[in-house]
Amino acid sequence: MPTVLILGANSDIGRALARNYATKGHHLQLAARNPNDLKPLSADVSIRYQITCTLHTFDASELGSHKEFWNSLSIMPDIIILVFGYMEDNQKTLDNPTILFNTIQVNYTGAISILNIISRAFKARKQGQIAGIASVAGLRGRASNYIYGSAKAGLIAYLSGLRNELSSSDVHVTTILPGFVDTKMSSHLNLPAILTAKPDEVAEVIYKAIDKKKNVVYVKWFWKWIMLIIRLIPEGIFKKLNL
Amino acid sequence: MNLHNSGKGIARGNGRCYGDASLADTVFSTLKFNHILDFNAFQGIIDVESGITLNSILDFIVPQAWFLPVTPGTKYITVGGAVASDVHGKNHHTDGCFRQYVLEMDVMMEDGTLITCSNNKYADLFNATCGGMGLTGIITRVKFQLKKIETAYIKQKMIKAKNLNEIIELLERYSSYTYSVAWIDCLKSGDAFGRSILMLGEHARVEELPLKLQKSPLQLTKKKLLNLPFFLPSILLNRLTISIFNFLYYHKMWKREINNIVAYEPFFYPLDAIQNWNRGYGKNGFVQYQFVLPLESREGLVKILKKIGSNGHASFLAVLKIFGEDDNLISFPVQGYTLALDIPIRSNLLPFLDELDELVLHYKGKIYLSKDARMKPNVFFESYPHAQKFISIIQKYSPLKFISLQSIRLKIKS
Repeated sequence: MPTVLILGANSDIGRALARNYATKGHHLQLAARNPNDLKPLSADVSIRYQITCTLHTFDASELGSHKEFWNSLSIMPDIIILVFGYMEDNQKTLDNPTILFNTIQVNYTGAISILNIISRAFKARKQGQIAGIASVAGLRGRASNYIYGSAKAGLIAYLSGLRNELSSSDVHVTTILPGFVDTKMSSHLNLPAILTAKPDEVAEVIYKAIDKKKNVVYVKWFWKWIMLIIRLIPEGIFKKLNL
Repeated sequence: MNLHNSGKGIARGNGRCYGDASLADTVFSTLKFNHILDFNAFQGIIDVESGITLNSILDFIVPQAWFLPVTPGTKYITVGGAVASDVHGKNHHTDGCFRQYVLEMDVMMEDGTLITCSNNKYADLFNATCGGMGLTGIITRVKFQLKKIETAYIKQKMIKAKNLNEIIELLERYSSYTYSVAWIDCLKSGDAFGRSILMLGEHARVEELPLKLQKSPLQLTKKKLLNLPFFLPSILLNRLTISIFNFLYYHKMWKREINNIVAYEPFFYPLDAIQNWNRGYGKNGFVQYQFVLPLESREGLVKILKKIGSNGHASFLAVLKIFGEDDNLISFPVQGYTLALDIPIRSNLLPFLDELDELVLHYKGKIYLSKDARMKPNVFFESYPHAQKFISIIQKYSPLKFISLQSIRLKIKS
């Protein structure tokens, strides 16, 4: 059974993915800034599903640590899923340089840093699957969330380019585009329930997308159409909207 | 859990108490702390975070030939809740309460520190936490002993009883059965007063199963859950309709005695098959009333049942059990008879229940806190002999932070 590495495993989506893959019999490598927080989950899935689950320290914003992290894994995973992200209130982000640069560092620079290391290794052995969670926010910058949005936009373009580069090496890259999801990261927002997905739903969509080697997947599905319309709005009009 | 920043409040598992036991200004939900931490498959000892449901544990342990040592009538409660209510099951007279199987547990104090307690370590905290309705702290982890089984099935025996005397006699005669409970018709008067059905059970051994089940005795197919998606009109539940229901249910058993093999789910958890079954009572809802009377107060049982039968307040589900000996600090069971009833809410119900409370007190009984939504403080203090000791243990460990609306109503906390 393929081993799955989840980067940002302590997030709500990361935990849901860990449980999902464990029920299907996959061995897990869970990476997070505070791996001790994952001990109960790790014990639970190992006991219930008789799989191996290892815990690893990983910090997306510590670029210098990424190479060492990758080398520390005792086996090379078959599937890696990038789940980590950082989103603070947009106004706070604009007013606070630390938050602003952390938003870019975690969501874009850190993501590229670790994915570059992993993708070189996968390309060399001509095997593996990479999935990255970006966001529909990256599809068009809007006033209420454009630092996070622009960082995710960079990640979307990166994943697309990587998919292009690796397609001849038999390594597949999937871009996951969630809309609203009910998680710790979005808990300060007032999201309309009907548009909002639960972490377990997102995990199952990601599982199926990777299994079927899809290129781009929206969660929930209707965000594809919402964003199509949003992207079609002429700039002259869009700049005056309050989205 | 960041206790420092939050106000006074109470832990909440799956919220299956019928009243205000896990309601407060601030509620600490334990549901995300639902992991199995360790399992010894050979000895049947499981160590879990307190927010895990009995249902989740059963899904894991039954295929490995283990069962819960004690289970209440629903599996949708958390282990923390099972300890805080010190739940009992159909096997109390042989196997006691849930707390008797707890090897150790962690309880979080007001300042966030965890104390590991058991019946020989911080025993006072342990005893006050079992049945303590969350008032000593937040239970975070429980390690407990499971019961060995051979199959996922129960060998069931159902016997009709003509009246109350007969059902009590049968409960006593069949007391060697591990699981026993009686369903009583509260409304019939005269000779048929207290006509009932006795349900007995034992865990089935492999050779007792029909041949086709013997190949995989621990496997059960997942039944699809029914759902009551809306509230039924309250007008449907009145004396007449309940009488008819009771008549049909009683007479559905054509023979006097039935013996069969059933899966554990319908035997232990008949109501769990219908999600949101409480909606059957309509938006007015219902009150659940459960009391226990010591063995010597059998006449009190008759008196209370007669009082319920004679009022307009009819009960759908009336369940009678016999409890065995139970030496506890603040838990509910006392050796004797326990009766649990759902009563639809109509005007004038609350004063009627206060009158029942007085009868229960008179006959030296108690009300079950996990079912209670309206009992008065004096009834609590007069019926729970160690109430003051319980309060002093709370004062010792967590005097300020953990309060529930129930604890305020009963004047356990202020």
